[in-house]
Amino acid sequence: MSALCEIRELEVAYRGNSVPALTNIDLDIHAGERLAIIGESGSGKSTLARTIARLLPAGARVRGEMRWSIGQVPLPGRDLGFVFQDPSASLNPVLTIGEQVAEGARRHLGLTWRTAYERALDMLERVRIPDPAKVLKAFPHQLSGGQRQRVAIAAALAAGPGILIADEVTSALDMIVQAEIVSLLDELVREAGMTLIFITHDIALASGFADRVAIFRDGGLVEAGPTGAILTSPKDVYTRALLASHRDLSTPPLIREATS
Amino acid sequence: MLLDIANLSKRFSSGGRDVAALNDVSLTLDPGETLGLVGASGSGKSTLARILLRLTSADAGSIRFEGKDWLALSGAELRRRRAKMQMVFQDVLGAFNPRATVASVLGDPLRIHDIVPKVERPREIATLLERVGLPASYASRSIREVSGGQRQRIAIARAIATRPSLIVLDEAVSALDVSIRGKILELLVELQQERGIACLFVSHDLAVLRAVSHRIAVMEAGRLVEIASARQVIENPQSSAARALIAAVPRLVTGMPERPHHDV
Repeated sequence: MSALCEIRELEVAYRGNSVPALTNIDLDIHAGERLAIIGESGSGKSTLARTIARLLPAGARVRGEMRWSIGQVPLPGRDLGFVFQDPSASLNPVLTIGEQVAEGARRHLGLTWRTAYERALDMLERVRIPDPAKVLKAFPHQLSGGQRQRVAIAAALAAGPGILIADEVTSALDMIVQAEIVSLLDELVREAGMTLIFITHDIALASGFADRVAIFRDGGLVEAGPTGAILTSPKDVYTRALLASHRDLSTPPLIREATS
Repeated sequence: MLLDIANLSKRFSSGGRDVAALNDVSLTLDPGETLGLVGASGSGKSTLARILLRLTSADAGSIRFEGKDWLALSGAELRRRRAKMQMVFQDVLGAFNPRATVASVLGDPLRIHDIVPKVERPREIATLLERVGLPASYASRSIREVSGGQRQRIAIARAIATRPSLIVLDEAVSALDVSIRGKILELLVELQQERGIACLFVSHDLAVLRAVSHRIAVMEAGRLVEIASARQVIENPQSSAARALIAAVPRLVTGMPERPHHDV
């Protein structure tokens, strides 16, 4: 698999912070892969996502290299879609869903509003919003959190980008909606042959569908590799600790159960 | 029986529609027992917790807590008895005065409920901090200076400060990193065993509830659709809601089914 982006010795520091949020990152992003960036709070995983998408705040200092195989840096919105954790903050509360989904298509694909609205309707169908024609005219507050996140995904994909970055997109959702959103993302990315960069704190969630995982801690890359290899034979003690702290329904309970 | 919730109902009107947030919900809790309350968003689990905490009123139904009609209590009597029912929320920073110090966060309930005489308060605060795994020197810190996991420990210390018989936890570990989450759950279980506190643990995460609950109650669209021992609900779910929640728990997929190891 060819590298879509080669990240070398990347260092990112926010303005007014002497301690960098990311240091010495070497990581390849392969074209068409589903790459999970995994880390706890303060690991630098969201900083990496924002650096790739060029969404860092003013005054942030970036050192090192990001070499893109397509020659130019992907343009956010057109070549690269971004879905944030909290759709109620990333969607504009005073614009209709239709305007927000159509906007990217109109701007980057040069469509008229009319055709952009048709595309928006199609996108809402693809993210499986019930009654999409009605939702097109609705405002974000009229939708549930899960539906808002579907809208945010539709908006991110409206211009047909080759790369999608999803930053903790299910953290604000309940488990059932989380499972639906993850399978939707997986399916959309597969269909379109897109590259997915999936940022999460949940190693188990990533293990279900990512081709490769990169484990981050305290602003550094701990290890990266194929999902199966990292999960079955983690090299780093931190990865092992992360795996050990995972809890699912087969984990022995902490309480003593009555034997019946 | 410590808590007896009977036929609780609550309706909200939302966008011109009348929505049953809680529909005829009944459940009980024994002293020292943890009941996990699980459901998707909008299932009514947080409404139930809020009514129980008297943060909102019920339309119908009754709650008996420690043998008293809990919903009939008001004024000084309600304030006094609140010491016995404490709470821990998800967003602890939002629950605290941002200017508060750790000492004042823990000192307030001790003072309000007159748990220990004033002169003994600093020692009691130190004991509480140590009990939840924090150094006593943390008392002088600002509540904003401590990490999310430490703040949740302080919230737990405050909850146990008034020597409650019931703690209501609403998504109390959902915002924490997994490595910290496990330690907080261990602390809760330890405290419960040591002090015989009952817990109503509200969460959308069945894996968390499996870890700490004796019984699990499943809610869907305002109704209680299943209640049984934790093991039974997980291993032999009876409702479609429980089955959907079980299916949604992420599992570590460590195998590589496409490329088995033995074909080398």
